[in-house]
Amino acid sequence: MSADISTTKEKGGGAYFSYLRKRWFPGGAVHGRWVDYAFIGAFVVAIGIGTLATEIFFTEANIRNLSRQIVSNGLISLGMLIVILTGGIDLSVGSIVALGGVLSAGMSDKVGIGPAILIALFFGAVVGWVNGVFVARFKLQPFIVTLATMGIVRGFVFVYTETPLVSKHPDFRILGASSVGPLPVTMIIMLICFALIWFFLNRTPTGRATVAIGGNKEAVWLAGINVQRTIILAYVLSGLFSALAGAILVSRLGIAQPSLGIAYELDAIAACVIGGAILGGGGGGAIGTFCGVLTLGMINNLLNLHGVQSYYQEIIKGAVILLAVLARRKER
Amino acid sequence: MQGISKSYGGTQALRDVDFSAKSGEVHAIVGENGAGKSTLVKILSGAIQPDTGQILINGTQTEIDSPQFAHRLGIRAVHQHFSLVPHLTVTENILLGDMPTGKLRWWINWPEAHCRAQEIIEQIGFRDIDVRKPVSRLSVSQQQMVEIAKAVEVKPRILIMDEPSAVLSQEELKRLFALIKQLKEKSILILYISHRLNEVFEITDRVTVLKDGALVGTVRIQETDRGDLIKMMVGRTLDEVFPDRHAGSGAEILTLNGLGMEGSFENISFSVAQGEIVGLYGLIGSGRTEVARCIFGAGQPTSGEIRLNGRVVRPKSPRDALKAGIAMLTEDRIRDGLVLFLSIRDNVSLANFQLMSRLGILNRRRQNSLVRSKVQELRIRPPEMDRLVRTLSGGNQQKVVLAKWLLARAKLLILDEPTRGVDVATKQEIYNIIKGLADSGMGILLISSEMPEILGMSDRALVMREGRLVGEFLRQQATEQNLLACAAGVIEKSGGG
Repeated sequence: MSADISTTKEKGGGAYFSYLRKRWFPGGAVHGRWVDYAFIGAFVVAIGIGTLATEIFFTEANIRNLSRQIVSNGLISLGMLIVILTGGIDLSVGSIVALGGVLSAGMSDKVGIGPAILIALFFGAVVGWVNGVFVARFKLQPFIVTLATMGIVRGFVFVYTETPLVSKHPDFRILGASSVGPLPVTMIIMLICFALIWFFLNRTPTGRATVAIGGNKEAVWLAGINVQRTIILAYVLSGLFSALAGAILVSRLGIAQPSLGIAYELDAIAACVIGGAILGGGGGGAIGTFCGVLTLGMINNLLNLHGVQSYYQEIIKGAVILLAVLARRKER
Repeated sequence: MQGISKSYGGTQALRDVDFSAKSGEVHAIVGENGAGKSTLVKILSGAIQPDTGQILINGTQTEIDSPQFAHRLGIRAVHQHFSLVPHLTVTENILLGDMPTGKLRWWINWPEAHCRAQEIIEQIGFRDIDVRKPVSRLSVSQQQMVEIAKAVEVKPRILIMDEPSAVLSQEELKRLFALIKQLKEKSILILYISHRLNEVFEITDRVTVLKDGALVGTVRIQETDRGDLIKMMVGRTLDEVFPDRHAGSGAEILTLNGLGMEGSFENISFSVAQGEIVGLYGLIGSGRTEVARCIFGAGQPTSGEIRLNGRVVRPKSPRDALKAGIAMLTEDRIRDGLVLFLSIRDNVSLANFQLMSRLGILNRRRQNSLVRSKVQELRIRPPEMDRLVRTLSGGNQQKVVLAKWLLARAKLLILDEPTRGVDVATKQEIYNIIKGLADSGMGILLISSEMPEILGMSDRALVMREGRLVGEFLRQQATEQNLLACAAGVIEKSGGG
């Protein structure tokens, strides 16, 4: 059924479409069906609504504001995407955000900002590695493993500090506040990360293996690829990006609360799904996820501008996720 | 059943088959792999519909359009592959959908359920199964008995048993036969499908022989003997699809010395030389795939040794095996050969990244040229590297898997059922490719359950049965009669050859 659709698309009037597909998605990480590009539509619709609904939307101040807001979710979603591509899920990202946040704030007084962030990244990667080892080597379910580490890491964060931390380092807020031209520095960091991961997923053997594992782990193993190591790497990257998101977030807010990042995994999963990722593996990519992050960010931003209460925001976000999943439903 | 035909795509699975059996009879259906036995069973149990022909039950024409309807007609099948729910208890599996409930039908009456399940189990002569245990904790043969109990529970009129003995021990087999006799007295029709002629002669009244989807004949068991039956099952001229072979075997590449794996095979010794095609024939469950997986590092042997070019190797994973120069095309391309939602390029590249990347980054130009060369060489249609593998035909999918392993430039290539589900034209192409590989000096171990393939391709044919190597034939000695008799356990011819 789905095969027919893609065939007609490529043979019929969809020649240009097919050209674009090959041009922009050469790895073929996505299905050849129209719904695979629905995230672009969602993105365009969100921009359209934004422009029509309020004139503040396209002001420089708002765009700068919006781009700051989406950075942390963008980075978390990027890590989440890699894990989802392998057929897993990472629920511990929110706790790792808090870990990265309190470590970078707490350590900056003692060792300086740069080293503090490196320490935060290191511990984020360690948590990811633990997740990966339990999933890949001990063959436990990703959901349960990361649910457990979510609790454990949150616990450690509170052990580290019960009260919000404020860095006394004078330059602590530079990272979150400075910008190059109209673009905040943190946004640039996020864009670079997306570009790197796009390259990783499309142009490196390990990246291609990551995508393939979500489709058929057995075939990848039989092709002589170290599946365990590839899966562990996915979780390490997820931990790394979450910790980075935590450090950036704390630098923007100027305060590191131990309760930071609760329920962030939901937004990250939502961004991936809106961007065309399939839970359980078998679809998704960096470009789609980027669109997903933007779309979700704009929805939040618009609702904020209109003064919609945050409870309604949750309802609308949930509905959008359901729609996205419905569109990507695998046909039998 | 009258004039039943069924075809899948280009292949005709059944051709105008007439078949009749009466109640209170044990009727065997025999034939080689691919003769159409399971298609016939599937039609009768409602899993698939015939293209033409009709089914008469007690004289009335019936269209069995679903398994549910077949159940209502009293047709039950015990399949080769179990349809049990592993983590549920034996009781639930036997009574699934028919659990006794309490007065208000709100809750399950467990004591009564267990009691009924126990009765059924005892009725079929298996007292040693604890009905409170989950099925996953039973042995394979016990699971088989639960499967049978499940079918018997509904008191069917027609009971189909597809290779029920494959996993049973001698002792259990006796009890199964006792049960069949018991059922027969209740005038139930039993269709008994088996490769094992010994069993057919012991238990059945009549036997129907199928070959290449057509009916050869139905005979009373007293009026025939093994030789006749085998002649009926084979007796075919080899198709002309196989290329000429002039075996010029060189040094030994692979040598197995007493290789064994607990619970699946034991004491396997054979060798494959450079430029040689060695066929490995065996019925499903004979352990041939497990042997191949051990050589490829996808399984771990518990005894014996594998030598590659004279040196002992112990591949711990397919990765090790590939590094040592062993490649394997696996039996089920969808399950463990392909990533369906990825492109031809990605699938072919999967085992060959080291050829096309440097410092962990893919060299796209090199990747494209390598993949393109194989796509052209194997004539994969359509020749578009970006095409998702899911949209290709079975034959072309198989070529993609083959392309992957050809790029790996192995010294030894194991092919497990390389032409399963592939149309005739592609088959011939694949045979030519295999021959070309052998001519270029590669050692090839060809596993197949298709007799003509083994006979037409291999320089030497090995036969496995029940986890043991039971025969070895040179090309000149290998005949269908020999191989089949060997695989079915009628004669045994070890070593030498």
